[in-house]
Amino acid sequence: MKSIWLYIAVMAGVTFLIRVLPLTVIRKKIKNRFFNSFLYYVPYVTLAVMTFPAIVHATQSVWSGVAAMVVGVLAAWLGADLFKTAIACCVTVFVLELILVH
Amino acid sequence: MTNLPIRDTIVSMKNNRALFLQGIKDGVPIALGYLAVSFSLGIPAAKAGLSPFQGFLASFLCNASAGEYAGFTMIAAQVSYWEMALATLIANARYFLMSCAESQRMAPDLKLRHRLLIGFDVTDEIFGISIAREGDIPPWYVYGAMAVAIPGWSVGTAIGIFAGEVLPARAVSALSVALFGMFFAIIIPPARKDKLIAGIILVCFTLSYLCSVLPVVCGLPEGTRTIILAVVISAAAALLFPRKTEDEPAPEEARREEAAP
Repeated sequence: MKSIWLYIAVMAGVTFLIRVLPLTVIRKKIKNRFFNSFLYYVPYVTLAVMTFPAIVHATQSVWSGVAAMVVGVLAAWLGADLFKTAIACCVTVFVLELILVH
Repeated sequence: MTNLPIRDTIVSMKNNRALFLQGIKDGVPIALGYLAVSFSLGIPAAKAGLSPFQGFLASFLCNASAGEYAGFTMIAAQVSYWEMALATLIANARYFLMSCAESQRMAPDLKLRHRLLIGFDVTDEIFGISIAREGDIPPWYVYGAMAVAIPGWSVGTAIGIFAGEVLPARAVSALSVALFGMFFAIIIPPARKDKLIAGIILVCFTLSYLCSVLPVVCGLPEGTRTIILAVVISAAAALLFPRKTEDEPAPEEARREEAAP
């Protein structure tokens, strides 16, 4: 069993370094096209990879997770903001599981 | 004229105070938004076994939604500290880009302590409001925003963990998808505007699913798979579809992109 405190320390240290290095040591514009493109794509890719299939296993029933995914994508596509999309997903799971999970 | 520096100091102290208050004012809506997101973040944190105080601490020190979520799943999987460091690096890589942009807008003679303090809380929103100002970014304005945003973010996480511990399984199950819903709200609107992003997201979903069921690969911890996939797909996209240079996120764009740090 590893220590949660140490995990938090590692997270905090790495996060701080990523943010502070460009403000202190580097201070120059990064001109490397590949590196810039890589950093541009990383957030979308990371969030997408972390979301599916994890969302399907986060709920009590696989099907409520699938439904939450469909509703979430649709809501966001139709322009719902962060908060509304989240609520739509939660309500979907809650209502479906009233039927699916006993 | 010997008292001139003192007068300058007094003037600048008054200025700093005004800037700090202005920062607080602009930080309040950010803090309220953070409360909701970090509450959702508390649910996976509770599943990973964090106490409300540990969640508070993690959020106070990291101020990162995707980065912390990745971290919490790594804690749940009991990975090595090296894998934790790598996952944090990848999930937070975009802050590097933001800090690079922000460094261009700081007074060249700005002291190291100010740079360290500002760097502590480079989030999409704080970055957005700081860079939207004209001229060099005044540190005290950023501190004002941080003074309300950081408590909002860290207290929200603690409340979320507490809720995850005491609420019935049915409610926790529903709340578990809140964070994913927010992730959709971040990645889907740009995908609607840009077919390339949409395609990349589809590739991500497909590969991520395949890696979770294919033999051998599926034996890897979820967090490790996330790191590998994120690096491989982003690198492939950067090679195949390199972006034009001078493509720094404009403040408006950055703010729309994500309402979580």
